[in-house]
Amino acid sequence: MQTAQAPSTPVIYQQRQPLIWVGRGFFILLGLVVAYILGTNLIKNPTLFAQIFISGLQLGFVYAMIALGYTMVYGIVKLINFAHGDVFMVGAFASYYAVAKYRLHQWPASAFPGINPTLSVLIGSITVILLSMLVCVILAITIERVAYKPLRDAPRISALITAIGVSFFLEFYGALNFVFSPRFIPYERPFEVVAWYIKNGIHLVMPGQQAPENSVTFSNIFLIIIGVSVLIQLFLQYLVRRTKIGIAMRACSYDRQAARLMGIDVDRVISFTFAVGAAFAGAGGVLYAIAYSLIWTQLGILPGLKAFVAAVLGGIGSIPGALVGALIMGQAEAMTMGYISTPMRDAVAFTILIIVLLLRPTGIFGEPEKEKA
Amino acid sequence: MELGFLLGSLVKIIAIIAYLYGLMWLLARPSIWIKIAGLVGAFGIVQLALTDINGFRLLNNFDSGLLFQASAMTMVALGLNLIYGFNGQFSLGQWGFYGIGAYAAADITYRWINGDARGLLVLGLGALIGTLTLLGINKWLQRFRGIPVLSSFTLYLIGALITGAAAVYLGNQLNPLLTPLLGSVAEPGPLNSPVAQQVIYFLAVILAGIFAAQISFLFGLPVLTLGSDYFGIATLGFTIVVNTLMINSDTILPFPEMKGGRGMIGIPKLTTWFSAFFFMMAVIIIMRNLVHSSTGRSIVAVREDEIAAKAMGIDVAGAKLMSFVVGSFFAGIGGAVYAHYIGFLSPGTFNFLAGFNPLIIVVFGGLGSMTGTIAASFGWIFFLEGMLRVLLSQMGTEAPTWRFVLYPITLLLLMLIRPQGLFGSIEWGFLKGPEFITAPRQQPEPAHKSAI
Amino acid sequence: METSATSTSPTVLEIRGLTKFFGGLAAVRNFDLTLKHGELVGLIGPNGAGKTTVFNMITGLYVPTSGEIFFNGTNIVGLEPHEITRMGIARTFQNIRLFPNLTVLDNVRIAYHPHCGYTLSDGLLRTSRFNIKEKELTEQALDFLSIFQLDRIYNETAKNLPYGEQRRVEIARALACNPKLLLLDEPAAGMNPREIIELMDLIHFIRERFNLTILLIEHQMRVVMGICEWITVMDFGQVIARGTPKEIQENPLVIEAYLGKGVTHAA
Repeated sequence: MQTAQAPSTPVIYQQRQPLIWVGRGFFILLGLVVAYILGTNLIKNPTLFAQIFISGLQLGFVYAMIALGYTMVYGIVKLINFAHGDVFMVGAFASYYAVAKYRLHQWPASAFPGINPTLSVLIGSITVILLSMLVCVILAITIERVAYKPLRDAPRISALITAIGVSFFLEFYGALNFVFSPRFIPYERPFEVVAWYIKNGIHLVMPGQQAPENSVTFSNIFLIIIGVSVLIQLFLQYLVRRTKIGIAMRACSYDRQAARLMGIDVDRVISFTFAVGAAFAGAGGVLYAIAYSLIWTQLGILPGLKAFVAAVLGGIGSIPGALVGALIMGQAEAMTMGYISTPMRDAVAFTILIIVLLLRPTGIFGEPEKEKA
Repeated sequence: MELGFLLGSLVKIIAIIAYLYGLMWLLARPSIWIKIAGLVGAFGIVQLALTDINGFRLLNNFDSGLLFQASAMTMVALGLNLIYGFNGQFSLGQWGFYGIGAYAAADITYRWINGDARGLLVLGLGALIGTLTLLGINKWLQRFRGIPVLSSFTLYLIGALITGAAAVYLGNQLNPLLTPLLGSVAEPGPLNSPVAQQVIYFLAVILAGIFAAQISFLFGLPVLTLGSDYFGIATLGFTIVVNTLMINSDTILPFPEMKGGRGMIGIPKLTTWFSAFFFMMAVIIIMRNLVHSSTGRSIVAVREDEIAAKAMGIDVAGAKLMSFVVGSFFAGIGGAVYAHYIGFLSPGTFNFLAGFNPLIIVVFGGLGSMTGTIAASFGWIFFLEGMLRVLLSQMGTEAPTWRFVLYPITLLLLMLIRPQGLFGSIEWGFLKGPEFITAPRQQPEPAHKSAI
Repeated sequence: METSATSTSPTVLEIRGLTKFFGGLAAVRNFDLTLKHGELVGLIGPNGAGKTTVFNMITGLYVPTSGEIFFNGTNIVGLEPHEITRMGIARTFQNIRLFPNLTVLDNVRIAYHPHCGYTLSDGLLRTSRFNIKEKELTEQALDFLSIFQLDRIYNETAKNLPYGEQRRVEIARALACNPKLLLLDEPAAGMNPREIIELMDLIHFIRERFNLTILLIEHQMRVVMGICEWITVMDFGQVIARGTPKEIQENPLVIEAYLGKGVTHAA
């Protein structure tokens, strides 16, 4: 009978992969080219670079709001909720109707005639956002109950096809004339845009005037988007870490069967997750519409897909990952538009997705793979 | 009138299904002569129906349009069924390859009739030396053990770029030899006679398929290693990127004749019923022979259980890549046939939203059922176009939108009620594959619950 | 117990210093094993001891962090799983992994794929070679199924079979790979005592019939003690004992691993 021998120096095989430098070299080269393009442009025209950076930041924070919904839903039901981007679109339209048709942003002024106009706009805009969030929540819960719940135990791909179907339905049903109509609709903002420029200090851009040459401008919309997005992040962190339902969500994302055995009402948790994600997407939709001021029914498709890419990039299931991924995506898109060509912005988004999945399949913040059976 | 039209559509769908069933039944007969007679007869019946006899045509222009569209769709959908239904890789990239095939073939023939042979030369040389280079690299890489997929991808990419550049160079060099023979549109040269054009068209279709297959190889090699739904998103991205490139084909890409977002016009309409039928049957036969062979079984095994397939000695990555490449090849051929039927290519046709069409057909017909895919392609095109026409007269401009509202509802209901598709895994006659069990075995008895 | 293996038999499998880390956790640490031709060796240990991880490394599903695995003198570390299977190592799985929607016949025919005898172009063009080989292969597969008394249900879908038959299909499928070394991962799991006896007979039978070397993971002590010639015991990723079934039964370390500290007598 023998017993175990003393350990000997192990040979590490994973480092002996042949030709690994070829693949690495290729990506390093790619990275260097990107760095070169960005670096030369930064030196050549720093203000333009800063301006592009700001627009990328704005885009990134909008993506972050959508990406949260993807990452949470994927974490729990392992479903790419294609319809999420369309929920985002519905949020934008809900606010459009609230503002343009029902003048909801002016209700404080009409209810309390003597109110401070700034306060009135503030309360009115918040009401509009909350209303849009509510509409999105109701929509998402309906979708979840009608389309996804019956397929919970079906193969994952059936659920994905269903999600694509729901997404289609929302887009084209919305494009009917008696719903939203298929046209591009100019969006009426609930408040005025105020812009500042930075040149030897921060100055207000006077209404009707242009910012001077070689200055970096930013607007109150930019600040609001960052503010709301950060608030949502903090709220979600609190929700997931500190509240009972948040702990139930984490339990479900780890092991749904076990969570059910522990007495967690899994269906309710899933509905709640959809609802929270949809609420954030609704807020994102309103801010997106305010920022870019043109809406139509297929507005949600590409931002939705890019937000999903952002969620994957950050590590799907991770909340800070969604933010980081979204910021990277926003920058990549803005830089592509600024320095390469506008049509290639979508191509860059998906190239990033493929590269990230190949180099680090679990994303930046994702947990490493666990042992399989 | 509308009811009559709908009934007519229904009759047509039933007639087509009966036609396909009969053809598959004839092809399943053991005698080679019956098979050939079946093919010729099946071709002839439709050709007769398309021919104008004393001012009477059984199939009018509208119907023949649907027929060509349906045969192109059959090729695309069969390819997708190979990738998704048989191999289990959820791909949304089929439409992109369809578009690549359409544009590549259209470019070849468009240039050819305009006295420029570079399209044919470059793609032909690219197909030849490109494939050889890729095979050579593959052979060389087999010497190593455990190469990371990124490295092999990089090597293949470099190889493809070099051979691509070589093909373009050689094509430009050889072009002057052919141009005198081509003539111009006004004065066609000897190589632009109707027969020569048909030959070039057949070559163009095949080269378009090969080009799509080469691109799918380069794209699939790294991307197929991703998980199932990540692969779906990546392929969706592929379709979107291809579409973006089409819209900017005259600015980002150096193809002014494709005219970017305005659409490519002036493609010779060379698709006849013979070529459509020929390519469709070729795709069906190749697909059926592939599926009912040892390789086909290994492709299905990968869908069923990747780990078990690996343990059974199946090269899982190879099987995935193979079905992806072959499926894209079919898509490329389908696109080429479509382009030369319609004569006009617009990037809008290849929008990724339209790319869900083959997916719906495959899901509708049944994953892993060739019969279902073929029947669903024809049924879907006739049904939808019929519906579109009825709806068009009723609600004017909104009809296309309504169509897209009804698509997903159909899809959702199907997913809920019959997720295995209309045909499940039923196959007709020829598509069933050969039975090699000669010795009479006992009838299988139903599964019993007792012990061993 | 009759043994076909003697000390002069050639070595089939030699594992040296096999180690696998998942993150910071050592699933297997410094595992050694030598199998001679014709031996039937058991690998036992409590749940989570790393037995299946060893199997996964032998079959190439996991790449070891370090260590060497020699199969008939060739180092197979870093080879793809299908290459290892083609060299002659076949396995079954703990939780049966049949191809659920395929028939029993196709399940077995898939295992013939690496040595089906015709190329893809034969298949596409339906040459006479395809027809001959495919017919041969089907006949072989059916003969094979009849050894396992599965030929009557060759056309059944695998997922509809009862558990015991699924196990036998899986073993039949592994044998159709034409292996020299067979790895069985808990073949008796979920079987009743009568089935276990039949399984033990079956394992003996296939070893003689196909001239195999067998490595077996098992929890049912009856099986392990009844048929294995040598036993290796693992706990927490390390080998804690090796020996004949009798030696193992009396080994205090093994008893401790299974029953915990303080228990001195085997049950």
